[in-house]
Order: sequence, then C-alpha cells, then structure tokens
Amino acid sequence: MNWSSAAEFFAMGGYAGFIWGSFGVTAACIALEIVVLGARHRRALRALPRTDSPPNPG
Amino acid sequence: MNAPRLIDALLAVASRDLLTALRHRADLLTTLIFFAIVASLFPLGVGSETALLRLMGPGVVWVAALLASMLALARLFAGDYADGTLEQLALSPHPLTMLVLAKIAAHWLASGLPLVIIAPLLGLQFDLNADAQLVLLASLLLGTPTLSLIGAVGAALTLGVRGGGALLSLLVLPLYVPVLIFGAGAVEATASGLGATAHLSLLGALLLVALVFAPWATAVSVRIAVE
Amino acid sequence: MTINWFKYSSPASFYPLAGRFIPWFFAAAALLAIGGLYISFFLAPTDAQQGEAYRIIFIHVPAAWMSMFLYIVMAMWAGVGLAFNTRLSSMVASALAPTGAMMTFVALWTGSLWGKPMWGTWWVWDARLTSELILLFLYFGFMSLQAAIDDPRRADKAGAVIALVGVINVPIIYFSVKWWNTLHQGASVSLMKSPTMARTMLLGMLVMALAFWMYSIAAMLMRLRSIILERERNSDWVKGLKERLS
Repeated sequence: MNWSSAAEFFAMGGYAGFIWGSFGVTAACIALEIVVLGARHRRALRALPRTDSPPNPG
Repeated sequence: MNAPRLIDALLAVASRDLLTALRHRADLLTTLIFFAIVASLFPLGVGSETALLRLMGPGVVWVAALLASMLALARLFAGDYADGTLEQLALSPHPLTMLVLAKIAAHWLASGLPLVIIAPLLGLQFDLNADAQLVLLASLLLGTPTLSLIGAVGAALTLGVRGGGALLSLLVLPLYVPVLIFGAGAVEATASGLGATAHLSLLGALLLVALVFAPWATAVSVRIAVE
Repeated sequence: MTINWFKYSSPASFYPLAGRFIPWFFAAAALLAIGGLYISFFLAPTDAQQGEAYRIIFIHVPAAWMSMFLYIVMAMWAGVGLAFNTRLSSMVASALAPTGAMMTFVALWTGSLWGKPMWGTWWVWDARLTSELILLFLYFGFMSLQAAIDDPRRADKAGAVIALVGVINVPIIYFSVKWWNTLHQGASVSLMKSPTMARTMLLGMLVMALAFWMYSIAAMLMRLRSIILERERNSDWVKGLKERLS
C-alpha cells in the first residue's frame, strides 16, 4: 500500500492539484458527455412525429 | 468529327482559368498585398531586433505565404460552381481528375507563383542572406504547389457550404503543417549552416504524393458537391 | 443455413441492438476503470524522480491511444460508407467523432498538467503533444464540415473524404513534427522518462485504455441511436418504437 492515511492519499505528495485536476476533469468530461447524450436521445424521441390516431368522425 | 483530345481539353480549361485570372488582376494584387501585410505584422508584434527577425524570418514568410495561398483557394472552384461550369466538367467524357489538375495548375500559376516571386522582397525585411533567400525561393517553389493541391480538396468539399472561408481554413491548415515544417525548416537549416537538401527532398516528396492523390480526392469531392 | 451478414446493417435493425448493448459496455467500462484506478493509485509505486505526478500517465496515455484509435476507426467507417453507400456506416463515423475529440482534449489537458510539475511550463512542444493538438483540429474539421452541410448524405460523403485525407496525413504530420521537434530541442523531451516501463505501469495503462475503449463504444452507441432517430424520424419503423414518449 502506498498511502499511510487518507490525508496522504488526497495530498498526493504535493501534486494534488495536478493529479486531481487531471482525473477530475476527465471524470467530469465523461459525466458531461453521458448527460448530454441522454438529453439528446430524449430530445430526439420527443421530436418524433406523433402517431395519435385521427379524431373520431361523428 | 473527332472527339476532342484530352490534352486539348486540359489546355482549354487551364487557359480559360488563366485568362479569367488575368482579367481579375485585382484578386492577385489583393493576395500579394495580404502576403506582404501579414509578414510585416510580425516585426510590429515582436519588436524589430535584427537578430530576432533573422531567426523568425523564414517561419514568418512561410506562414504568410501559406495564409495568402489559402485565401486564394476560394477562387479555385467558386466561379465555376456558381455558373454551372463545374457540373459540365464533371459530366465531360474526360477524366475529372485530369481536368481538376489543370485547374489547380492554372490557379497556382496565377496566385501561387506570384507569391514565390515576391517572397525574396519580404525576406529582405528579415535580413535573410543570399543563400537563405535562394533556399526560400526553392522551398516556396516546391511548397506552394503542394499547398494548392491539398487546399483544392478542401475548396471542393466546402463549395456552397455555410461558413465557407473559415471552415476551409480549419480543414486545410492542419494538413499544411508538414509542408510548413519542411519549408521553413529548409531556410532555417541553411541559415544555421546545416544544409537544406534533406528538407527540400522531403518537400519534393510531399509534392509528388500530393500530385498523385490530391487531384483524385478533389475530383471525388467535386462530384459530391455537384451531385 | 446461410448467415445474413447484413442483418444489422440497416439503421432500423441496429437501433434496438445498440440499445441492448449499451448497458453492458458501460458496465465493462466501469469495472475496468475501477481495476485501472486501483492499479494507478494503490499498486503502482511512487516514482523515484517524478514523485506522484507521474500517475497522470494512467489517464494521459490511454486517452492519447484512444484519440488516435478512434480517429482511425472513424475514418474507416466513413470510408466504408462512402465506398458502399451505406448510411449506417457513415452514422457510426459521425457518432465516433465527438468522443474521439473528447479523448484528444483529455490527452492534451492531462499532458499539460503533467508538463507543468515536470518541465515547468503548461505547454511543451513535444512531438507527441503537438501531434495531438493537430489531431484535435482534424476532429474539429470533420465535425464542423458535417455540421455546416444540411444534406445528411452529402455531409456523410464530404466528412468521409476529409477523414480519409486526415488519416493518411496523421503519420506524415507526426513524422514532420518529430523532425521539427528534435531539430529545435537538442535532447528529446520525452514525457516518459524510462524506456522500459515497470510492468505495473504498463498494466495500469492497458487496463485504463480498455476502460476508455469500452466507454467509447458505449458513448458511440448512445450517440448513434440519437443520430438514427434524428435522421430516420419519418420512417415507418420509428412508429413502433417502445421508448416513444408520445
């Protein structure tokens, strides 16, 4: 095990900003992409032409 | 009646384009003036210290020539696309690849070669010595046709498309990078005494590869645009 | 029994298939990421020279690999679509591009954050980073061209040409930038100091690369389904979709 405490883990030997900045931004990009893709799919579904049956004559 | 020979068709296409370019001399002048202005902007931006300018010179003149050449690309197909000539060329019995090559050759003669000719004047602004000037000329002579060939693909792809000029730049500038590196590199190598043979050979190789592939890719792109 | 190789080559039949696969690819990506991150932080030892900062390699290198891999795959599918006139192939290419561009951005971002503690500057004109930057421009070019053309089939074909021209140029660009870099910098500024990497580090990078790959497929399939719905909205098969909101 490399780390003797949680604090040490988060500090990353002084490079915390660089490391968490890298891993964090990557995770954020992935999360953002998934959210945007989900929204795009829902938007595409909503934009489909309606298939309601025509109103009943009479 | 005999069908027109390929060489006649090619000469007809090229001479028509050259004649049109001759009648629109203002376009050529604009390209040249742009070239000169861009090259002059750099010293204004970074300072006039001669040592720095001598270092920057090859790269700056090359980038300016590259940008000017790219601006001129818009004229390659736009006129013919607008009046339907391009469609006729695509329908002609002669191979479109060759017809396109003729157009690119004429375009380079009208807008690329002039850049090469006035480049030494701009080289003077950066205090390039005689050897460097000679290599600058050679590198541009080999490089600008390659730029025209690569650029033609982009020009054909963006015919009639929104965002025309800026989009063309985005497409074509990354592809220009190797030509720029070897072109400017040739002059820098001469200035530092290393000799430009390797760079010029690579420029020649790039030109040959472009000659083989670009007209065909451009023809494909023209068909996509007119169909 | 004859195998119908082209059963799923229509958007209509591929749409539900893609939908079924997406969760599995996300699950695979998550599992591999957990494994990869475990290796990155808990198995890989602290580097003697670079301290902890080198751990960025476990994102930077896999992202760079994926950025190049996805570009090649994108160009291949675009080429198939151009040559065989198949809509779905072109849609796959368009679905890959944004994810590929994201991987390229991540590679550049992490490269920059690695460069700062190691070399003191936020940007290093290292041959590989510079080529990654140009690759990002190539992705943007592809995406911009397709966005600017209204007719989807013309956009497909034009995108294919620029993607194929790009893929041929990538090795040329890389070679020229490498040449340029060694001439301008004396000693090569390599972001990976030792030529032989510890096995643990290599394992970590491979696992993370696989994780990114599984994720990329999942993201591509999600985007592809949206693209299919957007382009095929007036088809009959769309009327019977179970996920319809109306």
